[in-house]
Amino acid sequence: MENLERIIAEHPFFAGLDHRFMTLLVGCASNVRFEAGTYIFREGGEANEFYLIRAGKVALEMHAPQHKPIIVSTLGEGEILGWSWLLPPYHWKFHARAVGDTRAIALDGKCLRTKCEENHDLGYELVKRFAYIVDQRLEATRLQLLDVYSVR
Amino acid sequence: MTTTTTTNPMVSQPYLVREVAKETSDTFTLTLEPESGANGTSFQPGQFSMLWVFGVGELPISISGHPSERDRLVYTVRSVGQATHALVSQAAGGCVGVRGPYGTGWPAEKAKGRDVIVVAGGIGLAPLRPLIYEILSNREAYGRLTILYGARSPRDLLYRKELTAWARQRDTQVLVTVDYGGLAWRGHVGVVTTLFKYARLQPSRSTAMVCGPEIMMRFVARELEAHGLARPDIYLSMERNMKCGIGFCGHCQYGPHFICKDGPIFPYEQLRPLLEKHEL
Repeated sequence: MENLERIIAEHPFFAGLDHRFMTLLVGCASNVRFEAGTYIFREGGEANEFYLIRAGKVALEMHAPQHKPIIVSTLGEGEILGWSWLLPPYHWKFHARAVGDTRAIALDGKCLRTKCEENHDLGYELVKRFAYIVDQRLEATRLQLLDVYSVR
Repeated sequence: MTTTTTTNPMVSQPYLVREVAKETSDTFTLTLEPESGANGTSFQPGQFSMLWVFGVGELPISISGHPSERDRLVYTVRSVGQATHALVSQAAGGCVGVRGPYGTGWPAEKAKGRDVIVVAGGIGLAPLRPLIYEILSNREAYGRLTILYGARSPRDLLYRKELTAWARQRDTQVLVTVDYGGLAWRGHVGVVTTLFKYARLQPSRSTAMVCGPEIMMRFVARELEAHGLARPDIYLSMERNMKCGIGFCGHCQYGPHFICKDGPIFPYEQLRPLLEKHEL
């Protein structure tokens, strides 16, 4: 448990987190490992966790009829994977596949949702941190949409 | 950061095409040698030439070869219109006119003793390649070299073998990303700014040099600032429609600057107020 707490505390997503919240998080956390090629989750599945990536790389994929599947983004060491656990109806919107062997800390979303309802300070802290990630990824997606390297 | 010209800057010198190498489906690297056989022109990394395809037109193209190889000039050209198509369709032995080199270069001298961060988007890697050669040829003179490169897709990546070779050099980190990747691609996917979180930077002792589409450079400059780089340590390479190459015609005017003469390399601090102006 102590080791898990140290790993979570050292992850950039939780940098500077108050110790009283850390204790609450550790109770919902577990170490996980995915072999290269494994699907961590699939679009439409229940979103009941998120991941702090410690090593490796994860591809977020979109599969659409009459289109080749594409990777829309990759996430690596120091990043977080998944925020659908936080928002109803708690379903994944993409596929996530481990590109290489990947190690992560999984945080149980159901467990965290309960703790956030009981402790709004923890909930607010988590939402602020997720909002920052959403803002970063939204900006990157907008730039991606511009397709700046195409011929005009 | 000086401008070098031939005796009459409006007169082209004939150069022979030695080689045309395909980089991607629409991008080619041309090696030119002076028809006279004389030792060619020296240039500073970041400078450009005006290349004249006889009977078609003249184009500003950045030099992408090694600054120490004075017997040749190397250009990487994307075929996007009539003149660029005619240029990349030249056969070995063909003749083109060359004027220049023109414009300001990357601040390679000023960056000595510091870490260098190179950020390139698409064909923007071509004007930065001479700088990378310069640094790798004078490795002791520079600190850590970080190369962040973004392209549209894996098949649009330039200089793939060199990227791999550069990554093997000491004190050099090369990170490559693509905006769109198929399932077979095992590298990064995301815009070039997403690479910063994987870069090992020492902002206070770094100089950044950026080349790519203007909007990409705006986002990159912001990201560099957010990572702690001082504005005076960030340089961008600008692009506009250049005709004369020497500041006479005014085609490439950008606010108070002529890109061909005052640029193409500018300190970010100088450009920042202009970059956010609409329709400039």
